[in-house]
Amino acid sequence: MKRQSRSEASASRFGPGVTNPGLSTEERSPAEARDGVPEQPFHHLDVLWVQVAGTLCNLACTHCFVRSGPRATSHSMMTRVDVRARVAEALALGVKEIYFTGGEPFLNDEIEAIVEDTLALAPVTVLTNGTLLPPKRVAWLAALSRRARYALELRVSLDGADAATHDRFRGPGAWLRTLSGLRSLAGAGLAPIVTFTQPAGEDARAFAERCTAVLAAEGLRAPRLKLLPMFRLGREADRSGGYAAEETLAQLPRAAFDPHRLQCGSCRAVSSRGVHVCPLLVDEPGGRMADTLAESARPYALAHGACVTCWATGMTCANE
Amino acid sequence: MRERVSANGRGTARLAVLGGVYANHLALAQALDDVAARGLDAAWCLGDIGGFGPAPEKSIAILRARAVPTVQGNYDHSIGHGLDDCACGYCDPRDAHFAQLAYDYTARSVGDASRAWLAALPREARLTLGGRTVLLCHGSPRRQNEFLWDGSCSDAFLAWLCDTYAADVIVCTHTGLHWARPLPGGRWVVNCGAVGRPAHDGRPHTWYAELAFARDGAIDVAFRPVHYDHEALALEMEREGLPPEFVETIRTGWWTTCLGNMPAKERLAGAANIGAA
Repeated sequence: MKRQSRSEASASRFGPGVTNPGLSTEERSPAEARDGVPEQPFHHLDVLWVQVAGTLCNLACTHCFVRSGPRATSHSMMTRVDVRARVAEALALGVKEIYFTGGEPFLNDEIEAIVEDTLALAPVTVLTNGTLLPPKRVAWLAALSRRARYALELRVSLDGADAATHDRFRGPGAWLRTLSGLRSLAGAGLAPIVTFTQPAGEDARAFAERCTAVLAAEGLRAPRLKLLPMFRLGREADRSGGYAAEETLAQLPRAAFDPHRLQCGSCRAVSSRGVHVCPLLVDEPGGRMADTLAESARPYALAHGACVTCWATGMTCANE
Repeated sequence: MRERVSANGRGTARLAVLGGVYANHLALAQALDDVAARGLDAAWCLGDIGGFGPAPEKSIAILRARAVPTVQGNYDHSIGHGLDDCACGYCDPRDAHFAQLAYDYTARSVGDASRAWLAALPREARLTLGGRTVLLCHGSPRRQNEFLWDGSCSDAFLAWLCDTYAADVIVCTHTGLHWARPLPGGRWVVNCGAVGRPAHDGRPHTWYAELAFARDGAIDVAFRPVHYDHEALALEMEREGLPPEFVETIRTGWWTTCLGNMPAKERLAGAANIGAA
């Protein structure tokens, strides 16, 4: 699978900095444009996403794609028993890795037991805003990482390479609190992954170099980076306008469809509401697929506007 | 490709598997000499013959002259078919940048005859050793450029790979780091690492895997270090104008590129190995 590089990107109606995924108006069939969207086959459950904190978060970011916040209740917290059952389902299907997300996972009172349970069985990544990492928790994470047979990844989100950009999304002081969390993790001998929302129009390598320089100044040597595009979902849709009704993959010529390009061929997300096609669409119409993971192991019609962003960028929410 | 390798007179078949040559012809030759000196029954190469190091034709010539059976890596597929990039699957744009420098150099340095040879390499090989089915591949049985890291593969996933691809033992490379995992039912997944690049642990030597298959089905896996003249390779890389970042890795044993996909477990283990044997 070859991922389309950012340098191939051009401004288009698919959104700023998002590539036109090979569509041509000449090739468009009216029937396809009106009715048909491609179906993504399901290959295998490589990645299970667990919305372990529901939509509860100590921050209320202006671009949050699931509208998480201190009073957000659309998805409930998952219990240790809930998670054990979902992980068991996933292991029976041969899952490769488990990701915990929310909301903010460290708001779940049972998160330490949940992570320990799971890490005994599979690699674990915890996505966090990095603001709830007191010394005792960092020490526990470092000890657990040292003794675990699998990788324990801590993935900390930043929304820009400077405080002003980040705090514009996340609120005053968020940058300083997250950098403090990153310093604590690194100081304890951990190697967090730092995700950055990639600004439209900036060369990806230049942006990565800029981010690395900022983190190096904070004492993080050669951090692992992950760049993510902006999705017009949740509060970001409220802020900047969501996907237009005609922004779907309906016009993608069938011959151009690569069944291995999208993450939904190899992932599912579970929340208190059931099984969803991917972590991006847990709060979107059409995103819920089934009650069980086994039932969700079927093709998915790529009818959502966000599918266009995934297709155009070739992105995955997973670590690689 | 299917092939049967007989056990030797001791009743155990011993197989060497060399991954990730990356144009390190000095380490490749040293490793094959070591295999011969140890009296192993066969040596296989799991591909990615070019990239990173100097003069890839030298490594191709060694493999062909010594008739080393070779599985195609993504690099070999790309060079063999004249594609635009190596399709290594790096997720960090800086890694992709350095990968492209290595790829462009390799593409310029490989002639038509070698391209045809690379393009014709098989994507996998199946051997029967000690009554066990051994599947040799580059990335994974399902994808030539899949990274199978020790830290990010559950037992459940590796067992699923063995079940789905009907193998008792899967041997792969592509990540550049070696590891071996026994699984229930006496099965194994082994990443043989890279013979062409050190294992990101501050030591300049490289590695290959040795697998022993007893007649009763028992399997033993060991990793053998390859000590070679890394300074000579570094000087040759400098003469070829390859990036100083690559040369630094050869001299120090620490990766300077291709780190963007590496899990925390491997990153931290490398640092912990400083000063080890």
